[in-house]
Amino acid sequence: MTVAIPPFETFYERHREEVLAFLGRRLGRERAEDAFQETFLRALRAYHRLEHGEHLRSWILTIASRIVLDDYRRRRPTGEMPELTTTDERPAFEELAPLTDGLPQRERAAVVLRYGYGLSYDEIGAALGSTGSAARQAASAGVRRLRKEHA
Amino acid sequence: MTVPTPLDERFRAAAAAEGLLDVAYDVLEDTPVGTLLVGVTDHGVCRISYDPDPERELEELGRLHGPRVLRSARPVDRLRRELDEYFAGRRRHFDLEPDIRVVPEFNRRVLEELSRVDYGETTTYGALAAKSGSPHAARAVGTVMNRNPVPIVLPCHRVIGANGKLVGYGGGLDRKILLLRLEGAIL
Repeated sequence: MTVAIPPFETFYERHREEVLAFLGRRLGRERAEDAFQETFLRALRAYHRLEHGEHLRSWILTIASRIVLDDYRRRRPTGEMPELTTTDERPAFEELAPLTDGLPQRERAAVVLRYGYGLSYDEIGAALGSTGSAARQAASAGVRRLRKEHA
Repeated sequence: MTVPTPLDERFRAAAAAEGLLDVAYDVLEDTPVGTLLVGVTDHGVCRISYDPDPERELEELGRLHGPRVLRSARPVDRLRRELDEYFAGRRRHFDLEPDIRVVPEFNRRVLEELSRVDYGETTTYGALAAKSGSPHAARAVGTVMNRNPVPIVLPCHRVIGANGKLVGYGGGLDRKILLLRLEGAIL
């Protein structure tokens, strides 16, 4: 069964503090405030087209990441890209989730469980209802795809 | 990181100003009939709820009207003002339209008839049933009143029993009495 899409108010209340903190770490407080509004407006513009309510947290953090990139691009017209990984205490899976958002569902799950949570391939296979070797293949396909996208 | 109130309000106002909301709602504390949750769409007032349980209300608004449900004060301003004037005895008719597009056909027909019952007057469940084209449906009309999504604006408090008894009210009989007294329909 798919997860129902919550009313936007519920979604907004659930994630606004984390989104503001995420933006604050990358942009500084002042620029984070404009980016905060833009992040949730962008989410709202697409919200009624969502097909289910899964992964909403990584969805909103992905939108926030894109807005951070837009902000950097505007400020550095040379096209030089910032380092997105942070040096703070955030666990690896929190960083991975938004970056892997564009992957096919299975590959994404395998990559996040392997490299974000450090599960073994057998554990991942069990979690996904398949086998360890299928999980290994899905994870390496995901990593190849990510390399291509971020090259 | 707590979201500062001005930032929060700025986003809520921008969301409404951009026309991105299926429903804008607000909670009105301390009205003469207690706390009300009120919701509006582009088509009018879609919800007035007594003693609201916000979580349940939001789920329902989302299900009926679309998931872009957000608390936002500005879109509700006009309704807030009309309600204030009504409670102060300075308004006898609401200019804001009710939005009952999602209400089932029979209920909508009954609610449309209900909207013609004037300020300070009462009618009966049976009379309203007859006017709606279903003369034997007095009991069903009672159910429609009970499920009225926009009480006060659609005046189900003006519907009483054939014997003169007030019968019942979705928001409790005390509120029905208060509203009918306010309108001078009863002593």
